Order: sequence, then structure tokens, then C-alpha cells
Amino acid sequence: MQLQTQTRPKLLSVLVMNDRIDAASAIQFKEQMRDLTQNAESRVVLDLARVMFLDSSGLGAIVAVKKLLAPDRVLELSGLTPTVEKVFRLTRMDSIFTIHPSHEKALAHGTGG
Amino acid sequence: MAPVADLVRDLAFSLTLAADTVAVREGLARIAASAPLAALSAVHRATAEIVLAEVLNNVAEHAYFGLPGDISINLMATAVGLECRIADHGREMPGGSPPAGTLPQEDFPEGGFGWHLIRSLTHGLDYQRKNGRNLLRFVIPA
Repeated sequence: MQLQTQTRPKLLSVLVMNDRIDAASAIQFKEQMRDLTQNAESRVVLDLARVMFLDSSGLGAIVAVKKLLAPDRVLELSGLTPTVEKVFRLTRMDSIFTIHPSHEKALAHGTGG
Repeated sequence: MAPVADLVRDLAFSLTLAADTVAVREGLARIAASAPLAALSAVHRATAEIVLAEVLNNVAEHAYFGLPGDISINLMATAVGLECRIADHGREMPGGSPPAGTLPQEDFPEGGFGWHLIRSLTHGLDYQRKNGRNLLRFVIPA
């Protein structure tokens, strides 16, 4: 998995560069996210704008990362593409995440904008 | 004028895959480019890819539980939608029938989504175990 990070005050952004998080890559994704977020402060925003496909294993891995970060830090999502959004909606996992329409919106959200 | 039989044949696709998650990923790419899926709308094609990913990865991870094996896939685009038949020689489904697909109730569920997705997105799900072979049939409605 190729993950690109940017650190801002109290915010770590992670952009997934791959076009899918699936059964073949879910464990690797989870392990890389655990390593990348070790020193993260309050918010981690995972940008899924480039991810065109997510299966139940990929979804489970994203939920696992949220669980790893809790309770002191929160995992938020941005840029869900239609197929990814559908998987979150059908499994009702859209209700446990703050989901921003875009990464820019996620950044603005944190500054009270 | 082309006979109807030719039209049906043009929209059918068969594929045999090794039962592992990397082969499933490659197989899904071939399925997405196949004639029956090319005939679908983008939304319907995405639905088919979600369902087939869940079904095929279940076979790899649960029926064969990581052991080598084959999965055979037959797809046909018909008036009712995409008719799918998936066969393997792995273990029988627990209890002899596919899981109900009830969503997990815990706060941070890391699994248990797959059958919910399959059941939400298909019609006419039918499972048979015969002569050491699992056969799962379902329709992804058009």
C-alpha cells in the first residue's frame, strides 16, 4: 500500500494512493496505518478520494484503525467515491465515522470553518 | 438477423481462478472487463464487483481457508440481471447454508459485513452441496 502523510498542528492527513483496499491488501493497510499514526495527536483524516473499490476486508481494516486510535484520537474520512460510499452506507458504518466530502472540507472543519 | 442463442452466448463469461485473494483481485479485473459486465450501467457494474469480491474472497478464506484450490465462475447477463454461478471444492458452508448476513452489533466491528452486502445486493440466492462441491447461485438485479 502507498500512503502519503501530511502533518499539521493536531492533525495528521493520510492519503491512500492505491485505487483499492481489498482482501489482498487489508492487513498491510492496517499495519501501515498503525505505524504511521503512532505519534498522531487528536485527529487523523484518511482521504479515500483515490480509492475506487473497498470490500468488507478493507472496511474492517478501516474500522480497526479507528479502534486502534480510540479513545484519545479520532479517525475521520474524506473523499468517498460512489462505490466506497455504497459499502459504508449498506453496512451502516457511515454512522460511526465523521465523513467529509473532501479533504479541503475536512481541514476547514478543524479550524471551525 | 442474429439468432437469440448468439446474443445470449455473447453475454456469458466463464473463468476459473486460484482460490487466493491476489488471484481474486486479478480475476475481478477480468470480470469487470467481460462482456456481461460491459453491458451493465456503471452503478450496476460496481454492485456486481462488490458482490463478486465478497463471494470469491469468502471461498478463498473460508471454504479453502488458505489451502490451494479452484473457483469456477459463470456469469450471464439476462433480462432479470446478472445471473451468477460460483462453484468450488472447499469445505461445506457451516450448518449447510449461507450465513444470514445480520450486521454485527459491537461498536467497532472488524468483520461480518460480507454476507450482509451479498444478501443486500442479490436476489434468488441458492446454495447446494453435492459430491464435495459447493454451488452458489444468485442474481444481481438489473
